[in-house]
Amino acid sequence: MQTLAILVVFLPLIGFLLAGILGQKLGDRFSQLATCGLMGFSTVFSVYIFFQLGLHGQSLSVPLFTWIHVEFFEVEWGIQLDSLSIVMIAVVTVVSFMVHIYSVGYMKGDPGVPRFMSYLSLFTFFMLSLVTAPNLLQMFFGWEGVGLCSYLLIGYWYDRDSANIAAIKAFIVNRIGDIGFVLGILTIFGIFGTVDFSAVFELVPEHQNDTFSFLMGKYHALTLATLLLFIGAMGKSAQIGLHTWLPDAMEGPTPVSALIHAATMVTAGVFMIVRVSPLLEYAPLTREFITLIGAATALITATIACVQNDIKRIIAYSTCSQLGYMFMAAGLSGYSASMFHLTTHAFFKALLFLGAGSVIHAMSDEHDIQKMGGIWKYIPITYVVMWIGSMALAGIPFFSGFYSKDIIIDVEWVSQLPVGKIAYVLAIAAAILTAFYSWRLLLLTFHGKPRAGDAVMSYIHESPLIILIPLVVLAIGSLFSGSLLYDLFVGEGTTFWGAAIFVLPEDDVMTPAHHVVHWVEWSPSIAAFLGIGVAYLFYVYETDWPEKFATTFKKTYLFVYNKWYFDELYQWLFVNPSLKFGKVLWEEGDQEAIDGLGPNGLATLSVASGGVLCRLQTGYVYHYAFAMIIGLVLMMGWYFFM
Amino acid sequence: MAGLPLLSMTIFLPLLGALAIFLNWGNGGIAQANNARWVALWASLVTLGLTLTLCGNFDSTSSNFQLEDKFQWMPLLNVGYHVGVDGISLPLIVLSALLIPVSILASWTSIEERVAEYMIAFLVLETMLIGMFSALDFILFYIFFEGVLIPMFLIIGIWGGPNRVYAAFKFFLYTLLGSVLSLIAIIYVYFEVGSSDIPLALTTPFSPEIQIWLWIAFFASFAVKIPMWPLHTWLPDAHVEAPTAGSVILAGVLLKMGGYGFIRFSIPMFPEASAYFTPFIFTLSIIAIIYTSLVALAQKDMKKLIAYSSVAHMGFVTLGIFTVDAQGMQGAITQMVSHGLISAALFLCVGVVYDRIHSREIADYGGLVHRMPRYAAVFMVFMLASVGLPGTSGFVGEFLVLLGTYQINTWVTTLASTGMVLGAAYALWLYRRVIFGVLQKPKLKAIVDLHWRENLVFSPLLAGTLILGFYPMPLLTMIDTSVANVIDQYNIALDPEGERFFKTKKSMEMASYHQTNFFPKHYCEAPKALKQSKMVQDNRLSGLLRFARNDNNLLNLKYFIKMFGDEQWPYISCIGNGSEA
Repeated sequence: MQTLAILVVFLPLIGFLLAGILGQKLGDRFSQLATCGLMGFSTVFSVYIFFQLGLHGQSLSVPLFTWIHVEFFEVEWGIQLDSLSIVMIAVVTVVSFMVHIYSVGYMKGDPGVPRFMSYLSLFTFFMLSLVTAPNLLQMFFGWEGVGLCSYLLIGYWYDRDSANIAAIKAFIVNRIGDIGFVLGILTIFGIFGTVDFSAVFELVPEHQNDTFSFLMGKYHALTLATLLLFIGAMGKSAQIGLHTWLPDAMEGPTPVSALIHAATMVTAGVFMIVRVSPLLEYAPLTREFITLIGAATALITATIACVQNDIKRIIAYSTCSQLGYMFMAAGLSGYSASMFHLTTHAFFKALLFLGAGSVIHAMSDEHDIQKMGGIWKYIPITYVVMWIGSMALAGIPFFSGFYSKDIIIDVEWVSQLPVGKIAYVLAIAAAILTAFYSWRLLLLTFHGKPRAGDAVMSYIHESPLIILIPLVVLAIGSLFSGSLLYDLFVGEGTTFWGAAIFVLPEDDVMTPAHHVVHWVEWSPSIAAFLGIGVAYLFYVYETDWPEKFATTFKKTYLFVYNKWYFDELYQWLFVNPSLKFGKVLWEEGDQEAIDGLGPNGLATLSVASGGVLCRLQTGYVYHYAFAMIIGLVLMMGWYFFM
Repeated sequence: MAGLPLLSMTIFLPLLGALAIFLNWGNGGIAQANNARWVALWASLVTLGLTLTLCGNFDSTSSNFQLEDKFQWMPLLNVGYHVGVDGISLPLIVLSALLIPVSILASWTSIEERVAEYMIAFLVLETMLIGMFSALDFILFYIFFEGVLIPMFLIIGIWGGPNRVYAAFKFFLYTLLGSVLSLIAIIYVYFEVGSSDIPLALTTPFSPEIQIWLWIAFFASFAVKIPMWPLHTWLPDAHVEAPTAGSVILAGVLLKMGGYGFIRFSIPMFPEASAYFTPFIFTLSIIAIIYTSLVALAQKDMKKLIAYSSVAHMGFVTLGIFTVDAQGMQGAITQMVSHGLISAALFLCVGVVYDRIHSREIADYGGLVHRMPRYAAVFMVFMLASVGLPGTSGFVGEFLVLLGTYQINTWVTTLASTGMVLGAAYALWLYRRVIFGVLQKPKLKAIVDLHWRENLVFSPLLAGTLILGFYPMPLLTMIDTSVANVIDQYNIALDPEGERFFKTKKSMEMASYHQTNFFPKHYCEAPKALKQSKMVQDNRLSGLLRFARNDNNLLNLKYFIKMFGDEQWPYISCIGNGSEA
């Protein structure tokens, strides 16, 4: 089993090395085979581990070797598999494998196939080392690693300026969050003297009332530490404030959006928050903050998604919104509900992205849904899977999203935290919007009259089999993952999570969540149907209404359409001043002040004083004689009078 | 092997090589140039081999100077030839010995004029550098320390760019001015100690008032070298004008002389002054990190940008050193070694395209990835290492420094961590402008990828960066005991009663908390970690034991016995009795 665990994590790395180093020489076919093949093995092993260990509540830890050991600070490389990581490796490898296969078809004819495949495998390796980390530092290794791959893959088409900018933006916004993560790690070490998960969690009760001096004041140690960690999670999971990179990240190829920016990497923040549940349980303030941020994100990004026209951006904002749901659940101690939604979301969101990719592929790289329409006949399989994905996303009963969203809404309703009810209201509002924008997307893309040019329309074709197979597999996942995993993940009294998730008895929301009044239980579904109804009204029956609304509420519309002006605000607040400040410091600080007063100033001074001294040496004897007499007089005067 | 004066051989072997090249003067023409190249390469490679032998013979569990060579040089003046290494100097010696052959290979074809002189300059430089790091006599140290300037001055001034004379003079005068002040301090120390022996001086206490002045004098010299803000402006100019290999050595090793000086002299010899000036150093370091990162954003010249980033990285080094904490200091040394590899590689990266296009302007490039995929990959790795991505050596150093400072001052850490973002910003932006984008410039259309010699030049740096990133333990073990020794000495000097001996350190507090109040399973059941713990070295143990006794806490003692096992017990009791008696 240990060997299997090691293989699961390292096979993708080998795939990366093979494709990355030999790919150029041995060609596209080789790199595709190598990465997909190794990824396939990794997937099989991780699913085997899921059945062998996960279902039996066993855990496994494989220490590898010491990474850093200085005095009391000791960190090891290792693989830790408990139910949390086992779920994650299963999700990550399955989705990643599907995306690998899909990419073989999708990236056909691209000049950089080996590079692309190797990046995908490298990403998978980092993601696996993140979720199997036995300590915070290795988690940070994986965390930064996936960020790197995200950067590389967003900027995959490096000829495009927009892609390069988006890639840098993603990396830097993530790094801002990472400051929080690093400070969080340091704080944890400050409190516990170790960053090993098992040791930290064991010590939590001992330190629950500690205080920690940070910057100006003294704070409750665990609240501080978890808040800092959450800032990291906000960056990676694109929560409001640090979300601006995710929509721009759609510059990357579509398989990347599916794998990294929907199913796996962006959920790392949620995973991390769930992982530190033993700390969060003693930091209610942080949990309230997480809930509020999650709720705000869910609603705000959903409003933006309603008015965007780029098919991938709509799904990207939807991802932000769904991540908001996960954070809401985690903040209210519904960690297992959060993980459940993470799992189902991985399937249906990857499906939606890959489906969107298939649409874009068919439409000759058109992204604007206003220029699509009426194409469902031509690409029936894509059409069907997009419907399945949307139904799952909106939470239509018996699709996977229904189960997970439902349990989250229930958790919000029963939570004892004061923010629970706020979260409930915002979540329902976001659910209406979710359904609305999903169907807006479906209706504008597939139905109505074709709005694309003839050239595009005549070229429309269903994608090849290698693209459709992953779609179908993920569609099956979107259909059944909810109902199949419901009892295991969030069923009443499930023991699946074991020690991996810790909830204080008084915070337990999962048990009461199964006994809520019926209208609460059905509220998300009602919200979904409401949203769908509005979408039909707007885009099928009264097609001039969207236009009318936009002109009537022009200010609101523009505000939402321009994404609440977050980008502009940041540009004005941080980016421009930094650049300007850098220039000023260089020109005024270094060149004028330091060099001017320092070396160059001294040089000028010595040249000038040299000039003065030079003039003293006139060469006339009587000048010298006069100076000597003055000197002599002064010396004698000194001698006589002192 | 033991009988040979290994260290002295290492120091003077490059000089021998230089002599060989010198004697081969008359042959003239291409043959002479080629001879010079090969002799220089072999001399430096054998030196590298010798330094590795040094590592093999080095005992990292002892904090004493090792592999010492000592003889009377000027007996009447009590000045001797005394060299030796400890865990602090050895990594830097290996770094120097590694970077010289790299530089020689990198200038194989790019230097065509005065090749013999050029190679001689590099070999002399190597002798000076290794000698400087291993000198254990102040006069000897000063000779080497100043001696480094001469070949470097010539390298910049003769083989440099168009504005080389200004840069060379700025470099020379800046560093000389600093060194003169340190010479005065050295002379004072010499008269105070009565000998110029460094180990002797290290154990001589100075009165706090004197310490302040001596500290400032040494600071002037080291702060210019490292360089700290606002004494850094010579560095960008020197880098821009220096030939590629000159930049490699300048950034790779010369900057580390400052950091080495702080650790070797300032902290152990002037503990009170160091403690007094710590806030000052922290402030300058923070300014350096933020200021130079912002300035780097505004640069249009690749080498200038990397030069400014060096200043920012050295800010982390000074931060780490003046935490006087195991994590901070080891982090600082790791950061020095890692920066030596990374910045050297980044300057080589600039050199690669400079050799082809003869421009350092960022605006002259763009889209290189189309023609130079291998170059792009190599550049990417080092760019990311400079950003401090985990898995590269840059991360280990930076993180340990942050870990060290966080236990002392959270403000400093928080401000320093903004360097993580700014560093990413300027590095990625540089990379984007040079490597990515469409290849439009007509000049670049025919540019060729790395050839085999360039691959060879990059490979040791690449390997070093990644190995130290994933498994820095060999380095950390090598420096551990010596650093612990410096820290103990500092703490004992500041606080002979041991009252706040460990109080400043949060992790130590935690350890004591764990043993007295709550004995965590983690530590109980995993004595492996503690048994193997490097604290079981004599001086560290005595420190801990002092701590235990000071608390008058019998439980503590029991804890240590449990921790170190029975076989250590007689040793512990012996120390205990000894110091009590």
